Amino acid sequence: MAEPVLETSGLTKRFGGIVATGDVSLSVAPGEIHAVIGPNGAGKTTLISELSGELKPDAGSIRFAGADISRFGPVRRAALGIARAFQVTSIFREFTALENVALAVQARAGHSFRFWRPAEREAQLREPARAMLRDVGLGERADLPAGSLSHGEKRALELAMVLATGPRLLLLDEPTAGMGAEESAAMVRLLAGLKSRFSVVLVEHDMDAVFALADRITVMVYGRVIASGAPEAIRADPEVRRAYLGDEEPGC
Amino acid sequence: MDAKRVAAIIALALLALVPPVAMAADAPFYVGLFARIMVFAIAAVSLDLILGYGGLVSFGHAAYLGIGAYAVGILSFHGVTGGFAHFATAFFAAAAAALVIGFVSLRTSGVYFIMITLAFSQMVYFLGVSLNQYGGDDGLNIARHSNFGAALDLKDPVVFYYFVFALLLVFLFLGSRIVRSRFGVLLQGVKSNERRMIALGFPTFRYKLAAFVMAGAICGVAGALFANLTLFVSPSIMHWTRSGEILMMVILGGLGSLIGPVFGAAAYLILESVLSRLTEHWQAVLGPILILVVLFSKTGLYGLFAMGARRRG
Amino acid sequence: MIYVVEQVLNGVQFGVMLFLMAAGLTLIFGIMNLINLAHGSLYMVGAYVAAASFAATGSFLLGLAAALAVAVIVGIAIEIVVFRTLYERDHLDQVLATFGLILFFNEMVRIIWGSTALYAWVPDFLSGRVEILPGIPYPVYRLAIIAVGLTVALLLYLLIVRTRIGMLIRAGASNRIMLGALGVNVRMLYTLVFALGAALAALAGVMAGPIFTVESGMGESVLILAFVVIVIGGIGSIRGAFIAGLLVGVVDAVGRAFLRPLLTVFSSSAAAAKFGPALASMLIYVLMAAVLFVRPQGLFPPRGR
Repeated sequence: MAEPVLETSGLTKRFGGIVATGDVSLSVAPGEIHAVIGPNGAGKTTLISELSGELKPDAGSIRFAGADISRFGPVRRAALGIARAFQVTSIFREFTALENVALAVQARAGHSFRFWRPAEREAQLREPARAMLRDVGLGERADLPAGSLSHGEKRALELAMVLATGPRLLLLDEPTAGMGAEESAAMVRLLAGLKSRFSVVLVEHDMDAVFALADRITVMVYGRVIASGAPEAIRADPEVRRAYLGDEEPGC
Repeated sequence: MDAKRVAAIIALALLALVPPVAMAADAPFYVGLFARIMVFAIAAVSLDLILGYGGLVSFGHAAYLGIGAYAVGILSFHGVTGGFAHFATAFFAAAAAALVIGFVSLRTSGVYFIMITLAFSQMVYFLGVSLNQYGGDDGLNIARHSNFGAALDLKDPVVFYYFVFALLLVFLFLGSRIVRSRFGVLLQGVKSNERRMIALGFPTFRYKLAAFVMAGAICGVAGALFANLTLFVSPSIMHWTRSGEILMMVILGGLGSLIGPVFGAAAYLILESVLSRLTEHWQAVLGPILILVVLFSKTGLYGLFAMGARRRG
Repeated sequence: MIYVVEQVLNGVQFGVMLFLMAAGLTLIFGIMNLINLAHGSLYMVGAYVAAASFAATGSFLLGLAAALAVAVIVGIAIEIVVFRTLYERDHLDQVLATFGLILFFNEMVRIIWGSTALYAWVPDFLSGRVEILPGIPYPVYRLAIIAVGLTVALLLYLLIVRTRIGMLIRAGASNRIMLGALGVNVRMLYTLVFALGAALAALAGVMAGPIFTVESGMGESVLILAFVVIVIGGIGSIRGAFIAGLLVGVVDAVGRAFLRPLLTVFSSSAAAAKFGPALASMLIYVLMAAVLFVRPQGLFPPRGR
């Protein structure tokens, strides 16, 4: 097996007396979509924040592409190619869709102590941004203010921004959150198209999406990993069924 | 051409016409008033750069005005009269102060940032008060204007007026380039959603600090102009209410356009000038007006002006 | 030695006054998320009303009662008229609107009481000095301020830790959204907290009257120091305000008294004379910068936010 892109061991984060992530160890192989599922409050978003560098874990370590990045802040991790899409869509609402993505391109285009040339005339920012918008199906919406886009379009826009930073690892926190069935399906198609081009940590509640996309699944309950493995194995795991999937239909 | 640009050009053209019209009408008072308006406009534009574009609510901008003015005052006191020396010192001294203050303040955000910038400007104010050698609380008279040679005699009110006007144009032009550049777009990104900026990998602190220093330096130049306007510096120039006034000018004019603060400075100082002629207690009227503006207007004067221009054509 | 004790006591006395200001401010920040520059105006109103009614009636306690009553009424009035529309606005709007309030109040006291400063007298029963340690006399009035300040701090502590209102205030200071969910009448609570803050500010103003001059604009220098206290203590923390208040008060008093003689040890006395006062007046801001440098959220940062 190829060396994992991302490997955590013993990640632990407590808030007061609550263990948000307890001793979480997981690894993501190159080109793999690794889904993290679990009921609300399982610590999935905390885990993503620890991976992105926004939260400092109390214990444990994170290795990325063979190097220990445990002590790196979010900016440095982003520079290494770890890109995050937030659970609550995080975009620049006042900017147009194109400007949003162009700013993401700018993040990887050297320093920004450039005071003279109007950014809107820089083809090297605009062209990749436009292409990226087309890729996520927003080509026609490029010049609209981001705040005026529909919910699903905003999520797609954030994905475009994340992709525009040229990442190696995507941290996607519930990309289909708040979407209707149709939008959801479109997002799954979009993500399926990315498959094998990027490594992905995917937090998701929509089980259809998870089983459609994931190469591997880790199940978390109350901050702890209770199972990890291939989708079929997870589906069959009695402990997972009891603790989480239950006999009911998977929640939405 | 869009309405905003038309409004800006009309405003600047009107400013250019003030001296001949005032002289023709035998009302030289207005040359002084509008020179003062433009000095504060420069200060307000510099604040707008970080407030309107970067979302940084600095409540200590008067400190840089004071540092710029004191640079001129102290150099003159020691017999240095050269204009370039005056203005360069004002620029760099204000920049240095902004670097130190920004370095500490920008580690915080929100309410903390407002209070800390206010506290630091108060510190600079007390520093001025304790400078007994330079007049302390009573201030310092400046013997003569910054010397730029015979061709540019700032003693002549009209020459001084156009000197300020030219600097205002320069800063407006520089500002308009900066806010559209990569740096400016980055700043607006910070204002809109700093968390997103950091997640994209922008080390936002250093850029915010750079903007903060730029704004301080430009405001230092405004301070040097202010010293030339009044030929007097005292700590009162950097009293905290002055920071509030500059902030008010930016808001009155409308955030997020560089020409807006010019309107705001004009509106504030004209209002002050009119009210203070009506009553000794003009602040009792100004205060409620400001409250009403804040509570009921979101676009500022410039926004209204631009909207009017749009409606007409 | 005598001098040291005296200066430290002066610092404590100034510190508890700063605490009275900062306590109200920090609660208003913590619970309503409102930055209120006009808090200093309530301090000023308290000082003016007390000085004027003391002069008119000859009774300090009547003056104190009148000052508290007027400040609470004024506080509730501005809460209802101005602040209720400001809670949902951003900090910038709050700063500007309350800046307008300051201009208004500073001018109003000039209209009512004239531009010259009023003089407030120490009441007879608090005048004179008392020996606190053998050979160390200290003004009774200043001791009384310290006593009042500490008592109020204790009462506030009991109010916040032991009562239902206090529980709501604590809950609100750390998590505002939860209050509404608990079914608390948030409006009433806001007004109540505001009235409490106004009373504390006015109390500080009344006590400050005989020590500082009572003049228009007197509230702002104290306000800015109270901001420094809050920043050092951590927003929303009464305990932080108390400790930081004392810290700032003592550092300021001791700095003013000893920095210059201390400097003469290290440099020429001319240089000390030149820079001593400047450094002393900057000292608390340097303290603030140092604290922030190590802890950007203050000494007692709010939890759960």
